[in-house]
Amino acid sequence: MSAADAHHAHHQSPTNIGFWIYLMSDCIIFGALFATYAVLGGGFAGGPGPKDLFEPGFIAVETALLLFSSVTFGLAMLSAEKQKLDATTAWLVVTGLLGAGFIGMELYEFAHLIHIGAGPDRSAFLSAFFALVGTHGLHVTGGLIWLVTLIAQLRLHGLNGPNMRRLGTLSMFWHFLDLIWIGVFSFVYLVRLI
Amino acid sequence: MATGHVQPQETWSPIFGRLTFDWIPYHEPILIGTFLGVGLAGLIVLALMTRFRLWLPLWRDWVISVDHKKIGIMYMVLGFIMMVRGFADALMMRLQQALAAGGAEGYLPPHHYDQVFTAHGVIMIFFVAMPFVTGIMNYVMPTQIGARDVAFPFLNNFSFWMTVAGALLVNISLFIGEFARVGWLAFPPLSGASYSTGPGMDYYLWALQIAGVGTTLSGINLIATILKMRAPGMKMMMMPIFTWNTLITNVLIVAAFPVLTATLALLTLDRYLDFRFFTNDFGGNAMMYINLIWIWGHPEVYILIIPIFGVFSEIVATFSRKPLFGYATMVWATACIMVLSFVVWLHHFFTMGSGANVNTFFGITTMIIAVPTGVKIFNWLFTMYRGRVRMELPMYWTIGFLVTFTIGGMTGVLLAVPPVDFQLHNTLFLVAHFHNVIIGGVVFGVYAAVTFWWPKAFGFKLDDRWGKRAFWGWFVGFYLAFMPLYALGLMGVTRRMNSYADMGWQPYFLVAALGAVVILFGILSTFMCFYVSIRDRKRLACGGDPWDARTLEWANQSPPQKYNFPQDIVVTGRDMFWKMKEEGFKWSTDYQPIHMPKDTATGVLISAFALAFGFAMVWYIWWLAILSFVAMLAIGIAHTFNYNRDYYIQPDEIAATEAKGASA
Repeated sequence: MSAADAHHAHHQSPTNIGFWIYLMSDCIIFGALFATYAVLGGGFAGGPGPKDLFEPGFIAVETALLLFSSVTFGLAMLSAEKQKLDATTAWLVVTGLLGAGFIGMELYEFAHLIHIGAGPDRSAFLSAFFALVGTHGLHVTGGLIWLVTLIAQLRLHGLNGPNMRRLGTLSMFWHFLDLIWIGVFSFVYLVRLI
Repeated sequence: MATGHVQPQETWSPIFGRLTFDWIPYHEPILIGTFLGVGLAGLIVLALMTRFRLWLPLWRDWVISVDHKKIGIMYMVLGFIMMVRGFADALMMRLQQALAAGGAEGYLPPHHYDQVFTAHGVIMIFFVAMPFVTGIMNYVMPTQIGARDVAFPFLNNFSFWMTVAGALLVNISLFIGEFARVGWLAFPPLSGASYSTGPGMDYYLWALQIAGVGTTLSGINLIATILKMRAPGMKMMMMPIFTWNTLITNVLIVAAFPVLTATLALLTLDRYLDFRFFTNDFGGNAMMYINLIWIWGHPEVYILIIPIFGVFSEIVATFSRKPLFGYATMVWATACIMVLSFVVWLHHFFTMGSGANVNTFFGITTMIIAVPTGVKIFNWLFTMYRGRVRMELPMYWTIGFLVTFTIGGMTGVLLAVPPVDFQLHNTLFLVAHFHNVIIGGVVFGVYAAVTFWWPKAFGFKLDDRWGKRAFWGWFVGFYLAFMPLYALGLMGVTRRMNSYADMGWQPYFLVAALGAVVILFGILSTFMCFYVSIRDRKRLACGGDPWDARTLEWANQSPPQKYNFPQDIVVTGRDMFWKMKEEGFKWSTDYQPIHMPKDTATGVLISAFALAFGFAMVWYIWWLAILSFVAMLAIGIAHTFNYNRDYYIQPDEIAATEAKGASA
């Protein structure tokens, strides 16, 4: 019986519920940003609007990268459950590459918008757009840093109890960001392009 | 006294950002005096600590401790220190308004006066009231549920030091630069880049943002603690009422503080990167900020008062020697308040002009909140009814609260009527109302909690004589200081005035100033009370259960050992400790190893870099900002590589500790 097991003779680990509550608080941050976008989304101030700026094809690829990264993270979790360290690592690396691709595309889009004079200082609409999409991007970047750290820890200590718990929480975080992105994709891009 | 204030020139250098010597306020005698006083006191403390070799114990036993009890006590210390600062601001305002009648300028120029009222509000809410309630929840709740610590002990330490970092940033602004001049909620466009130049507004943003991280994480921690760490057998409806209130408070924290984080972040983007959320031009909308900030702000007042309701519930039951009247209705009333607190925010700005229908909706929801609050008041009264009420110190504060808070609640219902609010909006009537509920509620409740749980935390009671002087100072002082403001508000006097023409108002302001002095007597008596009690601790010594109390935190020694309870307790009902006493409970001597978290310096280190980061962002010192941000990240990541975070206390050590505690 390991130390961690003995501790939880009476109590289950509080990590999962704690992390869930954190995700809910994060969800409220996004809620505030979505609400801001809803209110200010029409404040073009004579500048460009969604139809002038958003490329459906580009965003579809970006979205696909992120959604596939969720699938590969799921595959990593399945490998981890079977205690296959190398397979887990491999799927996590694929997940990280897809995530990095997503961030790369987002950075390209931001740079392009700023270059054509549609930066966040152009209008309230663009401010709300950059804040919402950028906050999501920052989260994915944070997730990537976490992912790299965890891969190192997996290589060091293997799929032990604490690492399985960390993998589980990062998995929740990653899927949560996917969910938020579906909101961003529908609400920020799709609806505004129709 | 200078009347026209000249802002130092905006310059920027790669090393010091926009910080220049002109930003050190050496031309302001009040600030220089304060600085000398604080500096001298600080030097004396440093010298004494070195003389008595206290640095290592302070670091080892307190700073890096993950013990929820020590963190709770440190929160209370922070609250009391910041209360002195916030109250000094209050005295300055009362003096200014007592003097500045009939065209007189008083002694505080507008530039300084505006900083004083902003700092007063910010400090009293974020760095006095919040640390107080967080400290009480931290200390009491885990022991009430029979736990050994919170769910995430390291996170708890980190949360505390982030709150300290925020508080320090506010205090640094006193001597380096300036503070915001915008009122405690910093409405744009006044708080935007065009109208608030200089570092003051940026101090506000980063101080609150850093402290807010601590508050949110602490909220998550305490919820997980209550959900997962309860003693075996303790069902939700068996939890002590204070624990229930803690749960509901922290749900509110987790639901509301992210909105504050987001809102302040948007304003920060406006100020630093020319975003257009709240500007007058480019499609921005300042009312958006005011809606968002109050969506956090109204739940915030319940975040402050709900733990206090829990405190009074425990005290009333204990000192009436009766189970709390209407336990279940108390839980449901609090839950109702939790939900309702999110649907009333617009009553803070009925004058926005959103129309009669919207205002009516929010007026009615506001009035409905009075119903569950009334349920609570009656529950406390019925608990006392036919009880054997003992008038100890905590009961003084409780009775003072019942009377004062009810008055404050009623003036709140008056303000909930939109047509009345149009008359009273932003007048001193409003100022009197919220001080009525915050002093009469939160402050009295914190004092009640301190007098009630002090014997648990330190093993001796507080001195009765000085304790009662503190009560009477606060109680009488409150009425003297704020009843005149109700009258002034009805006469149409607006808040935050630096000077006024009507000499007829001055007598009221003089009485209010006198009231502030009486409150000062109450505060001085508080510290005298602490001093006398510590000096006479032998005379005031008490056992584990000095009040003949009802809940589990009184089942162990006073002060409790770091593991709280030598054995696990199996809970079979409400008021479990009362039940145990009736059944003649005794701790057995058959000890099992106890699993404990290890202390860590990670929390205080990350917070130190957070402070440096905040300071660098305020002054545009970009290299320092990048460096400290990377340091925070690196320390945080390094911490996750440490898998060795716990240890066991062995039975023989427990036996030795328990035997020593019993004989002492």
